[in-house]
Amino acid sequence: MWCRDASPEIGIDAQDIQQLHSVDRAMFLSETDLQSIWLTLRLAGVVTLILFVVGTPIAWWLARTRSRLKGPVGAVVALPLVLPPSVLGFYLLVAMGPNGPVGQLTQALGIGVLPFTFWGLVVASVFYSLPFMVQPVQNAFEAIGDRPLEVAATLRASPLDTFFTVALPLAAPGFITAGILTFAHTVGEFGVVLMIGGNIPGVTRVASVQIYDHVEAMEYGDAHRLAAVMLIFSFLVLLALYLWRPSPKNT
Amino acid sequence: MEPINARFDIDWPGFNLTVDLELPGRGVTGLFGHSGSGKTTLLRCIAGLVRAPKGRLVFRGEVWQDENIWVPTHQRSLGYVFQEASLFAHLTVMGNLRYGQKRAPAPVAAEDRVSLDQAIALLGIEHLLTRKPDRLSGGERQRVAIARALAVSPRVLLMDEPLAALDIARKQEILPYLERLHDELAIPVLYVSHAPDEVARLADHLVVMDGGRVLASGPLKETLARLDLPTAFSEDAGVVIEAVVASHDDNYHLSRLDFPGGNVVVAQRKEPIGHRLRLRVHARDVSLTLERATGTSIANLLPATVAEIADADTPGHCLVRLDAGGTPLIARITRRSLDQLGVARGKAMWAQIKAVALLGD
Repeated sequence: MWCRDASPEIGIDAQDIQQLHSVDRAMFLSETDLQSIWLTLRLAGVVTLILFVVGTPIAWWLARTRSRLKGPVGAVVALPLVLPPSVLGFYLLVAMGPNGPVGQLTQALGIGVLPFTFWGLVVASVFYSLPFMVQPVQNAFEAIGDRPLEVAATLRASPLDTFFTVALPLAAPGFITAGILTFAHTVGEFGVVLMIGGNIPGVTRVASVQIYDHVEAMEYGDAHRLAAVMLIFSFLVLLALYLWRPSPKNT
Repeated sequence: MEPINARFDIDWPGFNLTVDLELPGRGVTGLFGHSGSGKTTLLRCIAGLVRAPKGRLVFRGEVWQDENIWVPTHQRSLGYVFQEASLFAHLTVMGNLRYGQKRAPAPVAAEDRVSLDQAIALLGIEHLLTRKPDRLSGGERQRVAIARALAVSPRVLLMDEPLAALDIARKQEILPYLERLHDELAIPVLYVSHAPDEVARLADHLVVMDGGRVLASGPLKETLARLDLPTAFSEDAGVVIEAVVASHDDNYHLSRLDFPGGNVVVAQRKEPIGHRLRLRVHARDVSLTLERATGTSIANLLPATVAEIADADTPGHCLVRLDAGGTPLIARITRRSLDQLGVARGKAMWAQIKAVALLGD
């Protein structure tokens, strides 16, 4: 395994590095690159699953409520869209740190502190990607309207029953959109990860951070390859989203 | 059969509903009025889709709403047909029919039972069961929606303008099925409509609403024969007569229809002798003569006594209610004719009927 921080101490010369690079090139991506990609996918997958569970009730409430709190709650959910990631990351770092309220709670529970761990990244990413889950799902719920829910009530379905057997299936296209967007957005995050996770290989060093490292070390070839992978991935995700059309509904 | 008692009081900005009604526990009750008259809101209150704060609803002895009791919609034994079919797009026709059927508790009284098969047969949708709603025509969708509401074995069927969103051809497609419901179902039906022909054809009991209030509530024939509801019916004022096919004239292709107090001759009918038919005679199609007219092409002349005179919807006209041997008729004549003929209460006259609409064509 090749590690840039270790190279000067080991004292390998330029030729060795050339050789190592050629080995890298033969594999296209280095092991650390692959490790960062795997970590990125794992993070995005876990965050998307958590947000399906956390975001759906929020979206349902926002779609159905007549409460005066709808505006403020909607604004809070949308905050990550406009806030610099460093701001969000900073507050989360403080909150989850050893003296923060969340940090004290996690310490009391025996989990330790979350920053600079994988689960710290997960918590931060859940906040950061929240609007990408909530807004498409909320739109899908709003598009259903009152009528199918009223019909279900006249057909003996309780509100909970109606939610699972009518609202969720009818909003399925919104869920697919929301899942793809949330996953892709979590893959693409950088600032929040850097604030909360730092740069620990295999733990918090995701692909975007890895590219940053390559550039800092002036390893442009490595940066190019990983960047190309990310570019193609992002393009394919968005292509899937744009090509995929929900079947026309006609009731 | 125990009645349905409904009392609601809604005071929303720009809309009021003040209703205290006793509706029959059997047959079809037409809730008739112009848009904005509150008829749909009344139906939604009965279904529990709208909660009127000061309301009381007793359905055949069962309290569904009062000060302390609120039975949510999904626990009320009712079927509801909306103006648009509102089928679940993610389910097939069969999935839609089974959705309510499998959630509904088995009805207590056998007379109230409507099986899934019966509902499918009644609406003639056997061939549609595996289709998705987007593969159905507008009329087929509404038939599925009606069958879906019946498949829960409701104790009352609520219908909110089920034909209003359909064109004339689709209406003609569905009306026979609605008549079958009327003939074959033991449960009461509350039918909201703004179309006089629909209520005249389907209803047994009529509630006329205007501006959130009930103008009249009573048996269909008596209520239609009232002269104090011209604002509700205006041009469409007229009576409904239940008649029996008495004879056919194959030579002239005519049929004679008998009713208490007289008969009318109409273009030949396919129905056998003894078959019951509903006729609608519009007030605008009835004229009055002092003597039995001769030398006229109008075939239907009935002796009748003037029972009541009232203002029509225009200042130049008035409405005259006649008693033709027990059958009420309404004539819409000009005020000048009224004076020239000396029409007065108790006067014996002849009613000329220019046109008879047979409900069910």
